[in-house]
Parts: sequence; C-alpha cells; structure tokens
Amino acid sequence: MKIRLEYASGTLIAKIKGEIDHHTSNELRTVLDKEIMEKSIKNLVLDFDKVTFMDSSGIGVIVGRYKKIDALGGQLMIIRAKGQVDKVLKLSGIKKILKCREEVSINE
Amino acid sequence: MNNYMRLEIPAKSTNEAFARMAVGAFVSQTDPTIEELSDIKTAVSEGVTNAIIHGYENMSGVVSIVCRIDEDMLEIVITDFGVGIENIEKAREPLYTSKPDEERSGMGFTVMETFMDDLLVESKLSEGTKITMRKRLKSR
Repeated sequence: MKIRLEYASGTLIAKIKGEIDHHTSNELRTVLDKEIMEKSIKNLVLDFDKVTFMDSSGIGVIVGRYKKIDALGGQLMIIRAKGQVDKVLKLSGIKKILKCREEVSINE
Repeated sequence: MNNYMRLEIPAKSTNEAFARMAVGAFVSQTDPTIEELSDIKTAVSEGVTNAIIHGYENMSGVVSIVCRIDEDMLEIVITDFGVGIENIEKAREPLYTSKPDEERSGMGFTVMETFMDDLLVESKLSEGTKITMRKRLKSR
C-alpha cells in the first residue's frame, strides 16, 4: 500500500494505492494521525480510486479517523471507492454517516 | 471438479495478503466471476486476520487453511490453535469486538457470513478456533 498526501485549504487528501488489510491499516492509521495532529487539518478526503482491496480492518481505521475529524469539527469524505471496496463500505453501514462520492471537486 | 489444497502459515500479518491471494489462485481454476473471487478473498482475509489478532493475540502460532472444491461447492476451513473464543454467539454479533481499544470494527464474522453462503464457528478455550465457510460457485 502507498499513500500520497495532498493539501487544499485545510483539507488533507490522502490518495491510497494498493490493499488495505490488518497489516497495512496500521501504517495508514499512523500516517493519517500524524498529518491530522501536526498540520491544522479540518477535513479529510480518502481517495480510494487505486485501492484494489479492503477488509474490515480498513473500516476500523475509517471509523477511528471519522471520530477524530468529527471531534475537530471537520468532515471526512470517501471518494471513488468501487467494486469489492465499495461492497465492504456498504456492508459496514459507514456510507450512512460519511459523505461518499464518485468524484469530488475540492473548490466546490 | 474435485480438488483441495492445504496451506500452513505462521501467524504474521504479512501473510494475510499471501493467504487470500493463494486461496484466490486456487479458486481461479473453477473460473469464478470477479465478484465471487473478491468475496472469497475478503472472507479469507477476515478469517486469517481473526486467527492472528484474536486466536494468537499477535503472538507466534500457526494458521492452517484448507480449501476443497467439490463440483460447484467451495469449502474453506481456517484453523488456529490459539486462545479460543469464550462466547461464539457474542463474537458473531455485528460490531461486537473484544478489542475496542484497537479500533477493530467488529465486522469480521459479518463479512464472512455475508460474502460466503454459510459460516460455522467451532472453538474451545485454550485449544483454538476452527471456522468453516462454504460458497456455491454460481459461475460454473
């Protein structure tokens, strides 16, 4: 798994590539928490365009980050999840509390 | 088609990806759909992760994975020889986790149940846990 970070006016966009499971979710959690702590991030966008697999360990990380961002008064958004990844997201019920979109324009 | 495979791996988190890919490669010979294959790989990932995190509590141990294909029926048995589950019914409840401090989603068994046709969980304290999952492969 690889994570590329981009910033746009208080929003952190994490572009994730590869597979999110118990093994890789620890790194994802550490990287995101470091950014949320050190930079004054309000909103977090998780770009799942290049995520090819995710299991329930990924759900644990998303819910954990959602709680942090929500406590800071920001929003967490998931974009471009598809196939197996979208199926796991749907099953978890997380799509009911998060914003999930196919595409996103940061300036909107 | 009748075929089987047996895989034994140390309970290391790096082996989660290996286990689901190995099972995926084995199942591929039945010409499954992309969705069937990803369902199976997800269920295996959950089962192996459970064995590592809960069965062995991140200590060393062996996880055994046996897959059988009997015509259109796929059976996957994942066994650990770890601590066992005290209350299987509770463990199977959606969102229940015995490790709330570790950001576990509590969705492992729910994912296995949903993505496979049926799931049997057998466990004995201090002896280990055996999960048996079955799925009828519709594509065949």
